[in-house]
Amino acid sequence: MVESDLNVLEHDLVPEHSLLSEQEAEKILADLKITRDQLPKIRRDDACIRLLERIEGPIHPGRIIQIRRKSDTAEEFIVYRLVISKELKG
Amino acid sequence: MMRGVSKRIGSIKFSTLSPDEVRKMSATKVITADTYDDDGFPIDMGLMDPHLGVIEPGLRCKTCGNKVDECPGHFGHIDLAMPVIHVGLVKEIKKLLQSTCKTCGHLLMTKEEAQRKAQEWADMDDLGGDAIDYRLLAKGTAKDASKNTICPYCGQEQGKITLDKPTTFREDGHKLTPKEVRERLERIPDEDLPPLGIDPNSCRPEWMVLTALAVPPVTVRPSITLESGDRSEDDLTHKLVDVLRINQRLRENRDAGAPQLIVEDLWELLQYHVTTYFDNQTSGIPPARHRSGRPLKTLVQRLKGKEGRFRSNLSGKRVNFSARTVISPDPSLSINEVGVPEEAARELTVPVHVTKSNLEFLRNMVKGGANPPRVDDRYVPGVNYVIRSDGRRMKVTDRNAESIAEGLEVGYIVERHLMDKDVVLFNRQPSLHRMSMMAHTVRVMPWKTFRFNLCVCPPYNADFDGDEMNLHVLQSDEARAEAMILMRVQEHILSPRFGGPVIGAIHDHITGTFLLTHMNPRFDKKETLSILSKVKHDELPAPVVVDGKEYWTGHQLFSLVLPEDFHITFKASICRNCAVCKKEDCDLDAYVKIRKGKLITGTIDEKAIGSFKGKILDKITRDYGADASREFLDNVTKLAIGAIMVHGFTTGIDDEDIPEEASIQIKEVLTDAVRRVSEFVQAYREGILEQLPGRSLDETLEVEVMKVLGRARDEAGQIAGRHLGMENSAVIMARSGARGSMLNLSQMAGCIGQQAVRGERLSRGYWNRTLPHFKKGDLGAEAKGFVQNSYKSGLTPTEFFFHSMGGREGLVDTAVRTSRSGYMQRRLISALEDLKLKQDGTVRNTADIIVQLRYGEDGVDPCRSVQGDAVDVDDILSEVLGEDAEALARIEEKKLSGYATIEKDLMETMEEEEAEEPEYDAGGGGGDD
Repeated sequence: MVESDLNVLEHDLVPEHSLLSEQEAEKILADLKITRDQLPKIRRDDACIRLLERIEGPIHPGRIIQIRRKSDTAEEFIVYRLVISKELKG
Repeated sequence: MMRGVSKRIGSIKFSTLSPDEVRKMSATKVITADTYDDDGFPIDMGLMDPHLGVIEPGLRCKTCGNKVDECPGHFGHIDLAMPVIHVGLVKEIKKLLQSTCKTCGHLLMTKEEAQRKAQEWADMDDLGGDAIDYRLLAKGTAKDASKNTICPYCGQEQGKITLDKPTTFREDGHKLTPKEVRERLERIPDEDLPPLGIDPNSCRPEWMVLTALAVPPVTVRPSITLESGDRSEDDLTHKLVDVLRINQRLRENRDAGAPQLIVEDLWELLQYHVTTYFDNQTSGIPPARHRSGRPLKTLVQRLKGKEGRFRSNLSGKRVNFSARTVISPDPSLSINEVGVPEEAARELTVPVHVTKSNLEFLRNMVKGGANPPRVDDRYVPGVNYVIRSDGRRMKVTDRNAESIAEGLEVGYIVERHLMDKDVVLFNRQPSLHRMSMMAHTVRVMPWKTFRFNLCVCPPYNADFDGDEMNLHVLQSDEARAEAMILMRVQEHILSPRFGGPVIGAIHDHITGTFLLTHMNPRFDKKETLSILSKVKHDELPAPVVVDGKEYWTGHQLFSLVLPEDFHITFKASICRNCAVCKKEDCDLDAYVKIRKGKLITGTIDEKAIGSFKGKILDKITRDYGADASREFLDNVTKLAIGAIMVHGFTTGIDDEDIPEEASIQIKEVLTDAVRRVSEFVQAYREGILEQLPGRSLDETLEVEVMKVLGRARDEAGQIAGRHLGMENSAVIMARSGARGSMLNLSQMAGCIGQQAVRGERLSRGYWNRTLPHFKKGDLGAEAKGFVQNSYKSGLTPTEFFFHSMGGREGLVDTAVRTSRSGYMQRRLISALEDLKLKQDGTVRNTADIIVQLRYGEDGVDPCRSVQGDAVDVDDILSEVLGEDAEALARIEEKKLSGYATIEKDLMETMEEEEAEEPEYDAGGGGGDD
């Protein structure tokens, strides 16, 4: 795939993605009373993750991404996604 | 009787059967293709061997010694002379052949690559993944491995494996026999299997090539004895006979050293029979047929599709304690009730546990037997069965009723007939949403139909033109409690689809309240009591005295069914959206104002109490709860019926009568329109038609013509409408929203208008014309489907034909739409059916993986939402600010006009508000007097 210069994270329709530190991640998991594997997933080769990697350095599977997105019902809604290796879902 | 869970299934694992297992679980080897001997006895080691189970009553199974129904049946097996490929597993076999070495059998991957893959598997175990994720991972591994053309272990160059559907494998074009395939699969070492998604402890790849075929028990493929005494075998048996016959011939030929060609042919034939035995719809081979030419129903066909085991026998089942009959309306029933015919009530039973406190009551009931006589011409429930403490079931008959009643003890279960107030589920197909199945309480009634309140028609989408509905009797206290809390009709008045009422008044109920309240008519004492005779109400309000006679107004009567402190303001359906609203002084009486439970001004019509739209209904349900709402609906139903009966109401063809001068006027309008169309056509022909921007000349003509004709139709409707006043029944129904529309009326009285197919004027049929009555290329109004007549005046033959063309498109559209949306709904439901709202507010699937961190992202139950919003700001405002809030209510109306214009509109309304305020106050004061 050709890497494009377009920064998808800056696009209007792409919600704000941010990487959680391990401490933050643990706290979120504790708050939600869930284990890592119960989170929704995001692939490591997702365009947003690849861009985040440019800023944060390599993001290994198992890290948690916070996505802050606009919602019709709740104005703004925060979701968490677990990074998984790129081989999956393909 | 044993209740509850005795054994719990921890987990289920699906795997392949090894030939050894097939032989081990086999009760007998099957070698002969014959089933029965000349005397009609099953042949040993044949397909109907008595070791395989019993299907004839009286006989005992030779394997387990049990009788029919006790013996579960036992598998047998066929030893195949040559191995054949299992059709269900060809994809897996192909994957394995492509990703492993042809000589040494190792996975075509270097140590490092394999290591990486193993790591991915470990990651997946840690981070979680469903069955599909694992399968994809295995597929990915196989794909990567098959890219290596040289084996990293032995250096052997690999051939290209292709699959010739359905079951032939080729390597570089040369055929691989199933035997060769099996040998290759055997060579794959156990440790290379896990990366490919196979657990070597439970499955070896070579088992995918069959050497022994399991023969299902006879109970799975019972033979039927016809009336003539002939035996008819099951399709599976037929297929197994084919397999056995060819297997036998293949073995003989091979052992006799027949030429390779013959053996191969037979081998292929065996492969064909085994393939069709599994799946008779395998693409690429002709389906095996019965003698009559009907394709055989083999294993896959038994499971697959709508009539298959899964959808027809496991997801859906036939049930007991259910009834089905025609439905009919009964406005005297509460919305929570359902009228059940006595005949059905005597068949449907409810189990009642005998306790100390109900012993006498039940004893009495049992004494009455299974068909107790009516008392005072009322239905008396009886008892069909009594179940003793030891589980024995005794049928109650007239003869033994007395003695069973005497012997009744605590701990017995009495299956008594359905009686009033029992809880049942009521359902109409297609069950498209949760309101298609609701819990009702029973009212046992004479005659033979199920009856319910008309307000419950919309959620079931029922009418009474012959519709039938199903009823299910709940059998346990838990089920009844759950149904009463979750499924009762009154709990479903507000729909989760749009946060408004689905259950509400329809048709005559709306007409009834309209007649009761429009222009606030007066009723004398006789009429008033007639209207209120069925309505539950407190004392009559003080009458209005005119000329010494007592009258009650329609508003007073309607106010009787409203809660005491009810408060609402809105515009009724009859509102014509005048530029300046006169509010309380509305000429049409369309401004509904209710204060302190009293209807002050306005007409109660569809906007007030109708299903989908009823504002009063919506507010009562929301503010006073389901019980109050149910009571309101029950009362409104009866009030409306009372009102419409006092007034009298009918509609007929003379409702569309218009005076002669009006018809002449309409004719003039239409001839003028037709003339203008021909002018346009003339202009188009001469090339002087002015082209519209963005359209071709042809399109311009069509647009202009459509515009002219559309306007003509509207004008005709308006002329007709001018002569159809509010005293006209048809107009009352259309304006109040009870039934029909003004368009319907104008088509009946005025002009039907342009007929269209695919949104265009009619143009199909003959070459360049619609019918041979017209000249080729005629573009005028008549030639392309403009119907000048009305339904009442009658259509000319050509008009009738055009009208049928338009009508046909509508019919086809509905047919296509229903089938397509049905399939879409099925897929949508399959995708969402296992999602569940957990107690922490998250939505999860069955694997406990979170799908949504908060239900709907705001955690709001759409059923309790206000048109989708969590709170109704306007409602709160009006509660806090009282009368002032009404001026603010306009904000809401503006809001609908467009997104992101709210702020601007807010400012505008503020300005207008200041100007309008004094006027409003004056109006309000006037109305109160």
